[in-house]
Formats: sequence, structure tokens, C-alpha cells
Amino acid sequence: MRIFLAKRVFTLILTLLVATLVVFVVLEILPGDPASVMLGINAETETLNALREELGLNRPVWVRYTHWVADLITGNLGISYTYDVPVSELILSRLTVSFPLALLAMTLSTLIAIPLGILAASNHNKPMDFLVMSFSQIGIAIPNFWFAMLLTLLFSVTLRLLPAGGFAGWDAGIGPVLKSFLLPTIALALPQAAILARVTRSALLEVLQEDFIRTARAKGITNQGALWKHALRNALIPVVTIMGLQFSFLLAGTIIIENVFYLPGIGRLIFQAISQRDLIVVKNLVILLAGAVIVINFMVDLLYAVIDPRLRGGQDV
Amino acid sequence: MFRTLVEILRHGLKNRSFIIGGSISLLFFLVAFLSYFWTPYPVEDINIADKLLLPSAEYLLGTDHFGRDILSMLIKGAGNSVIVAFVAIGIGIGCGVPLGLTAAAKKGWMDELIMRFNDFTFAFPSLISAIMITAILGPGSINSIIAIGIFNIPVFARVARGAALSIWKREFILAARSAGKGRFKISVEHILPNISSMLIVQTTIQFALGILAEAGLSYLGLGTQPPMPSWGKMLNEAQTFMNFAPQLAIYPGLAIALTVMGLNLFGDGLRDVLDPKLRRSR
Amino acid sequence: MSKMKFIVTLIVLTLGIAINASSVMAAKDSLNLGMVLEPPHLDPTAGAAAAIDEVVYANIFEGLTRIDKNGVVKPGLASSWTVSEDQKTYTFNLRKGVSFHDGASFDADDVVFSLNRARAKDSVNAQKALFKPIQSVTAEDPHTVVVTLSQPTGSFLFNMGWGDAVIVDKASAEKNKSNPIGTGPFKFSKWVRGDRIVMVRNDAYWGTPAKLKTATIKIIPDPAAAVSAMMAGDIDAFANFPAPESLAQFKSDPRFKVVIGTTEGETILSTNNQSGPFKKLKVRQAIAHALDRKAIIDGAMFGYGTPIGTHFAPHHPAYIDLIATHPYNLAKAKQLLAEAGYPDGFKATIKLPPPSYARRGGEIVASQLRKIGIDLEIIPVEWAQWLDQVFKKRDYDLTIVSHTEPMDIGIYARKDYYFAYDSPKFQALMKKLDATVDTKARYKILGDAQRLISADCVNGFMFQLAKHGVWNKNIRGLWENSPVQANDLTQVYWIN
Repeated sequence: MRIFLAKRVFTLILTLLVATLVVFVVLEILPGDPASVMLGINAETETLNALREELGLNRPVWVRYTHWVADLITGNLGISYTYDVPVSELILSRLTVSFPLALLAMTLSTLIAIPLGILAASNHNKPMDFLVMSFSQIGIAIPNFWFAMLLTLLFSVTLRLLPAGGFAGWDAGIGPVLKSFLLPTIALALPQAAILARVTRSALLEVLQEDFIRTARAKGITNQGALWKHALRNALIPVVTIMGLQFSFLLAGTIIIENVFYLPGIGRLIFQAISQRDLIVVKNLVILLAGAVIVINFMVDLLYAVIDPRLRGGQDV
Repeated sequence: MFRTLVEILRHGLKNRSFIIGGSISLLFFLVAFLSYFWTPYPVEDINIADKLLLPSAEYLLGTDHFGRDILSMLIKGAGNSVIVAFVAIGIGIGCGVPLGLTAAAKKGWMDELIMRFNDFTFAFPSLISAIMITAILGPGSINSIIAIGIFNIPVFARVARGAALSIWKREFILAARSAGKGRFKISVEHILPNISSMLIVQTTIQFALGILAEAGLSYLGLGTQPPMPSWGKMLNEAQTFMNFAPQLAIYPGLAIALTVMGLNLFGDGLRDVLDPKLRRSR
Repeated sequence: MSKMKFIVTLIVLTLGIAINASSVMAAKDSLNLGMVLEPPHLDPTAGAAAAIDEVVYANIFEGLTRIDKNGVVKPGLASSWTVSEDQKTYTFNLRKGVSFHDGASFDADDVVFSLNRARAKDSVNAQKALFKPIQSVTAEDPHTVVVTLSQPTGSFLFNMGWGDAVIVDKASAEKNKSNPIGTGPFKFSKWVRGDRIVMVRNDAYWGTPAKLKTATIKIIPDPAAAVSAMMAGDIDAFANFPAPESLAQFKSDPRFKVVIGTTEGETILSTNNQSGPFKKLKVRQAIAHALDRKAIIDGAMFGYGTPIGTHFAPHHPAYIDLIATHPYNLAKAKQLLAEAGYPDGFKATIKLPPPSYARRGGEIVASQLRKIGIDLEIIPVEWAQWLDQVFKKRDYDLTIVSHTEPMDIGIYARKDYYFAYDSPKFQALMKKLDATVDTKARYKILGDAQRLISADCVNGFMFQLAKHGVWNKNIRGLWENSPVQANDLTQVYWIN
């Protein structure tokens, strides 16, 4: 176990390092000079050079790379070129939008998906199953931005009940915030719920096929409750794994939804930072998101190994 | 080959998902094929005088803000979706399957390297990478094909590897190995045919996802560029007219949802038909 | 199934809270102004973004002079000035009793500091050219500043009214990007990035105090969201509404007032005069004849916009209507193209920056030029790429852009500008203009300049961008036109 852990930690660190290198190189070849974006069309060469010097863009490539990695380790993310505030502050303030949104969406999708999955599995091959699976098919097929548009069309344009976009701000109180989160949450949650319901159903069905359940049944356990409890616990592992992965993708995947509803979150920040060539924000944000996914993958790997010792040999599922 | 096809059809026609999904997919491909030769009106022609007309005998689904026929744009959009998804999935299969097969055949450090590479690609949320790619290369269909294609490589590598690993354990492979066949030869001659049904099913699903991804990128303005119509771009353009021409926001969305659902259903049906073990459990 | 019930209850509850919260009415001494683009920062002396000026100009920062809603130069922090006989020495008399928002007092040293900072070698001022004529700035006494120019500059007082020339305090200058400290009638309060900027009334203001107690600028870049926000009353006013297609809807709603004003934005099909076929005058003439301006304005701007035949604002007294020199005429265009040696047309590219006038306009232009055989490949670019490829490296054939700087016909005299237009005749005209002070004589030269670039078909001249203001009918005092990029809120108030 110790060797296994050491090996995995080593690959984790290596992967993170390679990730920083990739992000750095990609941003190096990104066309467009941040200084000229900031100063516009009437700027003079002399002025541009002054600004480049101020931003540290005139230093050699490798110096900038090593400095950046060192800064990442110490948690000093630098100052945004365009906003002139610490990048960490900027990211944190955007996280106060994206993170609760992702969390809400996750919660809502779980609250919808798990009961539906159970419902479908327990009514296997019956009309209810068909109904749930049809819902799931539709949910997967609908692009979330179109769903978001339909929601605004109904609730904002026609009924005028909810805002079509924008964020009230946390100091406006919890009511207005929930109001601005409601439609985005639904738009994000439903497609996720469709996938999750499917996974729950098939995981449950698979477990029900397994030997110990069959044995239990053969032994005459007719108590449906006890049976479902066993099955559920075992089926939960793949479901939770999927949910873990979904969450990290949700954080980044809010890009489109944040664009539709105009929410000032991580997704918009990254979109905007790329177009304004605020490279210091882009590279830190991308590496944080990628790092989060890499670390979650690592933890899922460890979790698997804890659950199933056979995997420690290095054989994957 | 023909026989297998007949066999699939014979089983398939008993399967509800296969019939519904298959018909929708077939319709979609026919429309896409048609678009390369004919549309009711040329989609490049802007005719401002006829803008935002409601459906009529002349324009069956009405016109958009440039006075273009929406039906023609939807048809052309289908053709565009097919090309983008087709080439992107081609990239995914072309690079992913050999990688997966090699990983399964070689094991050891090679396997580790390929799988780490896979994890690595997965670590960058696809949309963000697509945005970065288009920021470097500029928006356009070709770049969205590249972006979608890259994300299909690890998917196919993973599926191919997983399926190949289980085939490697089978007895007939052991027999082939003891007969002195090399790993590469076994992979091509024995493994690939045996995992092909799995790959076909994955292809239909990835195809659907590819269409969704293309629509998403085009919606953000990073994918297909004018004058070529794209479903995602049509939705983007419709958004500002939503208050007084909501019909513009309905058709392209319906087209995407229907197509994706059709392909997914077809994939499900095909899996049931091709995989007898699963057929029992459903 | 109790979980399902729980969800339903939750949704109903949230809806309930939401609706209650929205019924709180806004007080009448505050204003929520919508803006499309968020400023990158709030220091007008260190960035080109129009959005910076649209927040801070006249509200937070003031210059020696200011430009009023009619585009006329008015006294700002300088209450009066005298100009020497040779037009080279300006003596500004500064206002007394003025202080910055942080309490620091304003005097001549601040002016000297601000102007010298803007023209210094390490200056990051985006409009450094404005300060180029300045030879020296000296403080005669705490309330008198003398500026000496190296050559007479007719537009100097106007230039000192730009946002890039505002007066800042030495102690706070470096922090202005995130915490702007000026002398204006509004104080910066807070900035929720990506969402809104809040300003409050400066009760220690030297002049007429602002009528609004607070002014909040909400950033709403999405046109659809802008429509809903206006409709829902979350936004009181949009000085320049992003979606012209929605204006009809506001016009028919009695709650709103729609005001179509003018801007300084000449929207042109910029042409690389040194690239391939576009070198030939006949090709450029053919393009001028192939552009159907009405269709472009109708399609891209839903009818809002004034056609132009040259690079000059139609509301300016020196403007000359030259549309008739190249009327829409496809046969003529084809003939000219054939004479130029392209009877079957040719292929070229058009690079389009993000604004909708460019993206939509570009699609229409491409479709119009296709009719005479010019096959344009549409390449959308972000501003960063546009600046890099089109503006800096001149790697383009055609592009569409709105030149929003006031009185900017002088750019045609720069032979290294991105149009790559090199006309000694035009350059001579501009030199003459610089040395001319008499208004009538200036207008005559400007007229000649307009005729020359129109005859040379330097660019495809399309239309003057309109300003689409939409605001609550009870609001008074917002600018109808935008002679400079600004949202001057100093005189805004609510009736009843």
C-alpha cells in the first residue's frame, strides 16, 4: 500500500508540473499582446514598452515560467493586468458565484436523479421505468444553453416572474441571490440529473444481478426494504464517483450558462480574461481548474484502491 | 458482412430504441446529405426586406433577422453538424483506438504513460481547452473539429483499452500467443474485430456528443462561421430577438435535441442488439 | 416520494421569497444605469477602453476643461484661460477651494504633475499624442498654470477636455485603477467586479452638487438580458442600448423614453490600401458602388444610423454630404471591377471584431460584394487579435470598425496607419489645418479633406453609429448625444 501511494503521489506531482508547462506554453503562443489590448489603437510604441516593462513581459521566458511555478507554490497569484487587483481576490470573488451555483445545481440534480433512478430500477421494464428513461433521454439530448433560453422565455419574457440574467450580489440578501440563481440552477441541474438518473438505475440493476443479492433472495429475504438498502449501498459507489467528476466539470462547465444568464462567475472571468489577454488570470485560473480535476481524479483512484484492494497492483477497472 | 447486417436488423427491428432512434438518425443523415445538393433557398443570400417573417407558404418556417429562409438554414445546419462531428470522431477513433490497443497489449510503463496522458487530457475541462484552442487558431469549423476531436481521443483510448484487456484474457488469445503470433498481429487480427461492436456503440454516442459540442461552441461564437449556418449559432442569434420573435429560438434547439436523442437511442438499441449479455438484463 | 415533495416545496418557497424581494421600490434619488462593457479598471489616464470614461468622466474625474453634451469646450477645473498672440502659450486660472475625494486639496502642482505624468517617457497614457505639442507646464502660483506649446494647436483646449487628460493627485494617482480619487461631484464607493460599480454624491463638491445621491452602473453585456432588465425595472436607463432590434418594443411601452442621438462613430469598411487588388482605385470604387448602405443600416442596426460618404460626423457643421458621389449601382461596380482587370472578381478576407455592428454588418457586406464577384471569407477576431493582426501588422484585406474618437479625420494623414493610405496631398491638407486657427478657414480645409478621401475611396464609408438611449420617462438630464465617450450623471434627476 505504501509503495502504491508513493507511486501515485509521484505521478500526481508530475502531472501537475506537466500541466503548468502546457498551460504556460499555450499562453506563450497565444497571439495578441496584453499591453496593446490595454492601451488601444492610439498607443505609441514607447508607451507600450513602458507598460510591458511594468507588467514584467520583457523578461526571458524561462524566468517567467519558474517565477510563476514558484509563485503558485507559495500561493501568490500576482496582480491582474486589466483589473489591477490580486488575482486570488478576483478568483475568490468569482467563486462566490460559481461555487454556490455548482453546489446548488449538484444538490438539485441529486435530489431529482437518485429518487428517479431508484424508481426506474425498482419498476424495471414497467411503464414507470420507461417514463424515467424517456425523461433521461430528453434531458441528455437538450443542450443546456437552449434549455436555459427556454426557461428565460417562459419565466422572464412571458411570465416576467424572474430576472433573465444578472446577479443581485451577496449583500442584496439571500432572497435576490436565490432569485438570480434559480433559473441557472435548473438549467444546469436537469441535464446532469438526466445522466445521474441513468447511472443510478443501471448501477442498481447491476447490483441486483450480483450473487449476494441473489443469495439473499434465495434465502427468502422478502423484505424489500432490507434488500434495497443493501443494493443501494453497493450501487452508491459508481454514483458518487460520477458525482465527484461531475462537480469539477460543473465548476468549469458553467461557462455557457454564465454567459446565457450573465452571471459574474469563473466561466465568464475566464472567457473575458482570454479575450482581454489578461494572461495572468487565464493561466492561474486554468491551472487551478485543471489542478482540481487532477486532484479529484487522484482521490477517486485512492478511493477505489481502498474499496477494492485488487486494484493496488496497478490493474485498472 | 452482409449477413451480420441482416442479423443486426433482424434483432434490431424487435427493439423499440433501435427503431425510433434509427429512423430519426436516418432522417437526419438524409437531410444532411440533401443539404450538399439542394436547399429551398440559398443560405448565403441576405434579403433584409424579408426579415423576421412568420411561417408562410413561401417560407415554411419563416425567416431570420437577415431575411434568410429558416428551413434552408436548418437543412444546411444538419449538413454542417454531420461534417464536424464526423471528422472530429474520426480523429478520436483514429488516434484513440490504436493508443488503447497498444496500452492493452504492452502493459507496463507504456500502459501507464498512455493512461496518464488520458487522465491529463481529461483534466482540462473540454470547453476551456476549446476556448483556448480557438483563441490561438481563431474560431472556425476546422478548429472546433480539432477541439472536439482531441477530446474524443482519450474516450476511445479508454474504451478500446478496457475492452481489449478483457479479450486478452480469453483462451483463444492464449492459443494465438502460444502459436507464436506477435502482440501487434494479435491486436489487429483478433482483438480489434472482437471489440468493434463496443466501438460502434461508443461511436454513435460520441457522435451525438460531438453534435452537442459543436452547437455549444458555435453558440459561444467559436465554432462554425458565417455564411455557413450552424444550429448553435442560430440559437445565439435568436437570443436577442427572443422578446418578439421567439420562434427563432425554438427550431434550432428542437433540431439539436431531436438529432441527439435519435443518435443516443440508436446507440442504446445497437448496444442491446450487439451485446447479447446486456440484451438479457434489459 | 417525500423527497420530491420537498423539492417542490423548496422551489415554491424560493419563488415566494424572490417575488417579495422584487417589490421593494428604488428610492428616487438613485439611478441604476446599464452599461454593456465593463471597464478593465477606472483610471482614464492609463487605458484606452471607452468604458473607463463612460464611468468616471465628469462624474469622478475632471480636467482643466470639459466637453459638454453639445461637444462644446467648457471650463472645468480651470475657471478661465487666456491664449497668447502666437497661440503657443495658454494661461489657466484654476478654481479655488477644490479638494480631492480623499481630502487632499487641489492646486497648480496637481496640474503640473498630471500633465507631466501623461507626457513622460514612462507614461502609459493611451492618448499620449494629445500631450505631444506641450513643451512645458509651469505653476505660476497655486492657482495659475502656464502651458507652453511647441506649435499652435487648434484643438488644444478640446484635447484637454478628454478623459485621458483629467487631473489626478500625486498621492493617489497610482491607486486610481481600483480606487479612483478625483475632484468630481461623485465619489467612488465600490466595484463588484463583473457586476456593478457604485458612486455616491460628493457633498464637498466645489460646484453645483449632483442631484442623485447614489449612481450604480450595472454591467450587462448580453442584449437579451439587457431587455429583460429594463423591462423588469432593474435598470433605469441605458445610455446606449446594445440591441437596436429591441428599440421598437421600448418605444411602444409608455414607461420608457427612447432617444436616438448621435455619436462620433464613423462605421467604415476599412480597406488595406496596399493589399493585392485593393491597391487599385477602380477596385475600391467598385466596392463603394456595391455597398447598399440602406440594407446595411437596416440589417445590422435595424434602421438606426445615418449613411455617410466620407469619414466625418454628419452632425458636425463642417460635414459635407458625399453619398451621391458613389451611389449603389451594381452594373457600374461590375464594370469598374472588369476595368481593373478582375472581370470574374477575386477572393479576399474580411476580419470582423466582436461588436454586432461589425459582425452583422460584415455578413451583409460579404453578401453584397458577392454580387459583383468578390468572394469574402469571414474571419471573426477578438479585439486582442484585431489590434495585433489588423491594426499593428496590417495583415488584412478588409475589416469593419467604428472610429469613435471625435474629429479624427487626421488619421488619414498617417501613412503608417492601418489603412496604408499614403497621400501627400492629404498630408499637406492636415498640416495646413494644424496651423489654421480661424474656424471658417478650418472648415474649408476639412471639406477638402473629406472630398479627397471620398474620391480616393480609401475605405468603404458606411454609416454613422447612432446612440440608442432608453430610459425611464421620469428621468431628466441624461445626454442624448455622445460627443465624447461619457455618461455624465451630474445633472441627472427624477421628476416626481
